[in-house]
Amino acid sequence: MDIHEYQAKELFTQAGIPVPPGEVARTPDEAESIARKLGGKVVVKAQVHTGGRGKAGGVKLADSPEEARAHASAILGMEIKGLEVARVLVTPAVDIESEAYVAVLVDRESQAPMFMVSPEGGVDIEQVAEETPDAIRKQRVDPRYGLLPHQAYQLAEFLYEDPKLQKQATAIVTQLFDAFSRNACSLAEINPLIVTPAGEMKAIDAKVSIDENALFRLPAVREYRDLDAEPESETQAREADLSYVKLDGNVGCCVNGAGLAMATMDLVKYYGGEPANFLDIGGSSNPDKVVAALRIITEDPSVKAILFNIFGGITRCDDVANGIVEATRRIDIETPIVIRLTGTNEEEALAILSEAGFSAYTSMDDVVEKAVQLAAQA
Amino acid sequence: MSVFIDRSTRLVVQGITGRDGSFHTRQMSEYGTQVVAGVTPGKGGQSFEVGNGTRIPIFNTVEAAVRETGANTSAIYVPPPFAAGAIMEAADAGIELIVAITEGVPVQDMTRAYALVQDKGVRLLGPNCPGLISPGKSKVGIIPGQITIPGPVGVVSRSGTLTYEAVNQLTVAGIGQTTCVGIGGDPIIGTNFIDCLRAFGDDDDTEAVVMIGEIGGTDEQEAARWVKEHLDIPVVGFIAGQTAPPGRTMGHAGAIISGSEGTAEEKIRTFKENGIAVAERPVDIRDHIKESLGL
Repeated sequence: MDIHEYQAKELFTQAGIPVPPGEVARTPDEAESIARKLGGKVVVKAQVHTGGRGKAGGVKLADSPEEARAHASAILGMEIKGLEVARVLVTPAVDIESEAYVAVLVDRESQAPMFMVSPEGGVDIEQVAEETPDAIRKQRVDPRYGLLPHQAYQLAEFLYEDPKLQKQATAIVTQLFDAFSRNACSLAEINPLIVTPAGEMKAIDAKVSIDENALFRLPAVREYRDLDAEPESETQAREADLSYVKLDGNVGCCVNGAGLAMATMDLVKYYGGEPANFLDIGGSSNPDKVVAALRIITEDPSVKAILFNIFGGITRCDDVANGIVEATRRIDIETPIVIRLTGTNEEEALAILSEAGFSAYTSMDDVVEKAVQLAAQA
Repeated sequence: MSVFIDRSTRLVVQGITGRDGSFHTRQMSEYGTQVVAGVTPGKGGQSFEVGNGTRIPIFNTVEAAVRETGANTSAIYVPPPFAAGAIMEAADAGIELIVAITEGVPVQDMTRAYALVQDKGVRLLGPNCPGLISPGKSKVGIIPGQITIPGPVGVVSRSGTLTYEAVNQLTVAGIGQTTCVGIGGDPIIGTNFIDCLRAFGDDDDTEAVVMIGEIGGTDEQEAARWVKEHLDIPVVGFIAGQTAPPGRTMGHAGAIISGSEGTAEEKIRTFKENGIAVAERPVDIRDHIKESLGL
């Protein structure tokens, strides 16, 4: 789960990391009054779950509260990479002497937390890694011991020559690891970590992703979920315990298992169509889940055909077939549905489906080709 | 031969009294796996019927189960908040192979559990995996036994139902398997592709391997390079997620394209560069295997 910059900064502040003051505004009025309260120059920053906000015009410097209001009014409601801006962070403008990059993430390769730091902050770190890999220092952290004092110091020493700055940075990387562990982050990033002309260090921008699987033990962090930042269909899917990602095509897909669901989407493309979604209904044949899945898919106006692809292993195909029939009785669907079931009890399943008037298939290729064809004709 | 499990596997089921644990314990026992014990804290001293009136003892701890029954393998069906703890308990109790079926284990919990597993020199499969099956001998996990038959093909995959799809097509075509291993869809897992490929390479009966990967991470790319250097039997590869958008988790916690890393395109290219035949569609897996076995 991605959270907003201002929320990430709250977590950083709790861990003791120096963050400039600031507040969130949802209207130009609020932005103006926050700017007045802060005094001096402020920055108005769009709060959306994507990078490249500056380039998109979502970050603006304001000399006065009136100007902050004007910027907020322009930024609120704008779209950045398809995401509508509903909130802005108003924070004091800070003079910058130097910018560094500090992040810790769960590294798949080393199967442990990994720090990445660079004295070249404020830029895209993937680009730094490609062009000047020597400007990055990495530190694997043993999850049993946490970030050790000498490791924290070595990271700080890589970033700064001045012992005073090394001391501040040692504290900040330690605090960042603390925030990362306590909040079950998959990523906690400060970019940039700046030094002011007065020699003070501050986290100017913050990016944090939280492990969805750990939210059950983090009630406060759970509240950070921004329902405006995702399509309503994805919120509904999560509530129904379905794995769903909305896409741009017109073939709705309903599949059991994540790998098979991806392979089904790929096959839609192979036969010249475009998948409208990723959807994994899981191992259950519960009609309620099938109903929820069908509701979500049919509410997407771009869906022109619906495709079921079910492999019955432990799940019995006849159970799933009954679920589909029951579900389509409960909701009115005009979009054509094609179904493929194979595996345990597939013959019984095919009989149930054909009796209810559905076209049922046993080959994945046949059903996908049919669905693509139906979507193209609609 | 088979890899990782065979008739000498003595299984303890952690979370045996839960819905999934009890259902799959009976499935495994019916398949022929020697299920010797169950563990549910607080239910020690009770017993569990695995089928045909046969009862096995339930213990409070894995340690007691190992001591009393000689269990050497564990299957974990406990809920996500307790799964990493269950893995560590099994590793501590001297279990040799831990198969963690549980989906949704917090990833930082896994980093700690995995560190202990490595210290103990234990093999961990999963978490978030369907387990493994050596057709006709033993199965640990949830792979449906009826879709497999014994034969010369090793199967390793990050997925569940997609693996069943591929295995079923092999079986229907009369091509059996030595062992089918699901390594799991999480970002941090124990046994990886290379571990399985090495085991298949060392197994005299495995004549070809099917490797089914998906978007996210670099495990497939490293495995492909390893295959070129070390494996002298044919490998057929498939990658799911060519149409997945970047930055989104596709069901499996580990199936996510981060930045420019872990795309299907990159994995497919690395497969091809290293002599792995790439199946464009799931159905092509079977045909490539037929070809490589000269059938």
